[in-house]
Amino acid sequence: MPVLLLTDAFVFLLLGLLLAYGLHAARHEHLRAPWRRVVASRVGLVSLVVLGCYAAIGLLDTIHFHPRLEPEPRPEAGSATAPVAGAGQSAPAHYAPEVLSLLDLWLAPLRERQEMTYSAPFATHLQAMETQTLADGTSQRVYPRLRHGGVHLANPDVDRGGDIAATLLLGMGKGLILWGLLVMLLGAAALTWRRGTWGFRAWWLGLRELARGRTRIPWRVGLLTLGLMLVLGWGLADLAVKYHVLGTDKVGEDVLYQALKSIRTGLVIGTLTTLVMLPAALLLGIMAGYFRGLADDVIQYLYTTLNSIPGVLLIAAAVLMLQVHMANHEAEYTSLAQRADLRLFFLCLILGVTSWTGLCRLLRGEALRLREADYVQAAQALGVGHLAILGRHILPNVMHLVIITLTLDFSGLVLAEAVLSYINIGVDPTMNSWGNMINGARLELAREPIVWWSLAGALVFMFVLVLFANLMADVVRDAFDPRCRD
Amino acid sequence: MTAYLLRRVLYALPILLGVNLITFVLFFVVNSPDDMARMQLGAKRVTPEAIATWKAERGYDLPLLFNAQAEGLERLTRTIFFDKSLRLFLLDFGTSDAGRDIGHDIGQRMWPSLAVAVPVLLVGLLVNISLALFIVLFRGTYIDLAGVVLLVAMLSISSLFYIIGGQFLLGKLLRLAPISGYAQGLEAWKFLILPVIVGVMGGIGSGARFYRTLFLEEAGKDYVRTARAKGLGERLVLFRHILGNALIPILTGVVVVLPLLFMGSLLTESFFGIPGLGSYTLDAINNQDFAIVRAMVFLGSVLYILGLVLTDISYTLVDPRVRLS
Repeated sequence: MPVLLLTDAFVFLLLGLLLAYGLHAARHEHLRAPWRRVVASRVGLVSLVVLGCYAAIGLLDTIHFHPRLEPEPRPEAGSATAPVAGAGQSAPAHYAPEVLSLLDLWLAPLRERQEMTYSAPFATHLQAMETQTLADGTSQRVYPRLRHGGVHLANPDVDRGGDIAATLLLGMGKGLILWGLLVMLLGAAALTWRRGTWGFRAWWLGLRELARGRTRIPWRVGLLTLGLMLVLGWGLADLAVKYHVLGTDKVGEDVLYQALKSIRTGLVIGTLTTLVMLPAALLLGIMAGYFRGLADDVIQYLYTTLNSIPGVLLIAAAVLMLQVHMANHEAEYTSLAQRADLRLFFLCLILGVTSWTGLCRLLRGEALRLREADYVQAAQALGVGHLAILGRHILPNVMHLVIITLTLDFSGLVLAEAVLSYINIGVDPTMNSWGNMINGARLELAREPIVWWSLAGALVFMFVLVLFANLMADVVRDAFDPRCRD
Repeated sequence: MTAYLLRRVLYALPILLGVNLITFVLFFVVNSPDDMARMQLGAKRVTPEAIATWKAERGYDLPLLFNAQAEGLERLTRTIFFDKSLRLFLLDFGTSDAGRDIGHDIGQRMWPSLAVAVPVLLVGLLVNISLALFIVLFRGTYIDLAGVVLLVAMLSISSLFYIIGGQFLLGKLLRLAPISGYAQGLEAWKFLILPVIVGVMGGIGSGARFYRTLFLEEAGKDYVRTARAKGLGERLVLFRHILGNALIPILTGVVVVLPLLFMGSLLTESFFGIPGLGSYTLDAINNQDFAIVRAMVFLGSVLYILGLVLTDISYTLVDPRVRLS
């Protein structure tokens, strides 16, 4: 039974808007040109591929549902951190109360294989000692075997290295084969199709062109990146089924699973924030610049006021309010998943309030400049209404600023989430996010031996996303900013 | 100049009023004074009388924004908003919900904040400018490319990593500096090493990259071409012409943040256990002490506006073409 959480709805709305924009832009050459410049740059294409992989995982994690229960009740009935919906939801009897996503379904082997407590990456034994009673009645302190990680090994000390290497190579091989097929069939076919001739020879020529990197859009680099992701991903996936690739955390949950689940949180913060702030920033910004006078004064006052409040404090105050409100009205928020989701949405909202001012000021400046442009003056002289001028002449000419700002803001927001979650004013503590992972892991550095994997996992996943978002933002800025063009 | 400053101060008043109103409304939209009393007193065994006394003691027994029962101007002044928020304009911060004098706390905790923030700013400025200059000196070569890649990578690393990594590497493994803590007076320098290094490292990515674009922008201008055409060496052009002119936007950019140094850094201070205003605010957030949060929001806004005014003034000082009117 499908479930639509609040942020899910907004993600789908965003997706719809993107699709509409894409279709619209594809039919207009002047809108298509900058995007073609983005794709034509190597860095841009590579970033697109990597960000696409993240987005795919995030989207899989956005389609939520109540799983159908088997006739006999399953013994494990939901892991500790999977968002569990309370009894308040009127679910039919044969649906489980927990909310799962497609990603959970796909990662079921990771999600359901809980250990007792910490275990290192690729470990076969727990990190903590346990007292075991031997057959002859004496007890002994040992590191017990993991329940799931590497259980197929009879003699872990000897076999483990070889098994890891073999699994990794096999997985990577599978990925390589899939990638090869993809390139040979799809890639080359697309190229020959574009040229309009068919047959083996044309296909061979297309493949050669691809291999030599002589295409106008650097497909070779893009495909290589995709290949790298596929090969590494498949190798990792095969390993993850047998071992805990990034170890387990305090309650024994797989860290790789947590890191993958956190992708959605990061992406939602980075994108929804801009979505909620966009209408206000656009409308107020161009109105202030276009109408000037009183409207300008009021809008300027508004954003100067908001801007002069230190951002972190405003967020802190707002989240504090929400917490108090939730504590006082506990009855209204029955399910944990709903509660966590609402808090995520609220965080997006409040981050949007603190970050729209920059875009608004930028748009105001641009609108001020545009209203003096000849075509706007001409439209005014011809008696075109204000609304029509704003919609037809001003708005399309500030869109490049909007796109540049949105991509520039994205990486900052993802990083901000981690910091905010660390100081407890970010997403709900029960929600998977990189900030929460770091927060939970930082005290464990003092342990002996050190528990570093949670921290490392979160930081690496976040670093890759932010790095490519930053690179993408640079390419987008260069492609869209008319000043950067030759 | 005087007229300009006076006007800026008058402009600031409605903005600060707006700031107060926003924080006030934000708080009382979801909380009634009754809720606050219940929370402070504990959910159990709360009688209506206890709530009434609590509210009367702290002055929360008045209407929020508009007192319909009072006469004349008192309709506006005999309210919680006037009582609690407008006093801030006289820099009277009142007492926190836990009963401490906020003004006194701020005065004491300001100094540790400054002791961290000022070295971070100065050292960071020096490092970032030198690094950016170095990269610009080798522009168009592989050093340039590698430098930019490095800066983007550094920019993409979460600030949490710098803090945790710095504490782990310098504090725990190499034992060069104490991991956290603070001492009064000159003894404090030991505890400042680590936060300052971490703060500078965390700022290099964005700072040096920004300065590099400033330098490059300046390097494309006509006077630089003229200087080269006269046969001046690359180094002379870079240091005398480009650096000098690019320092104008850099320094005015620094002036904006100068007042905000007082506020300290939330993250650094809490991680390194420095008793500054940042950790003060964070503690208040975690203890849900609204009086302190409100005072800090107000202080932050005042300092922000002060920064804007100082920036305008500094423009006139470094660039004689700019006149304030």
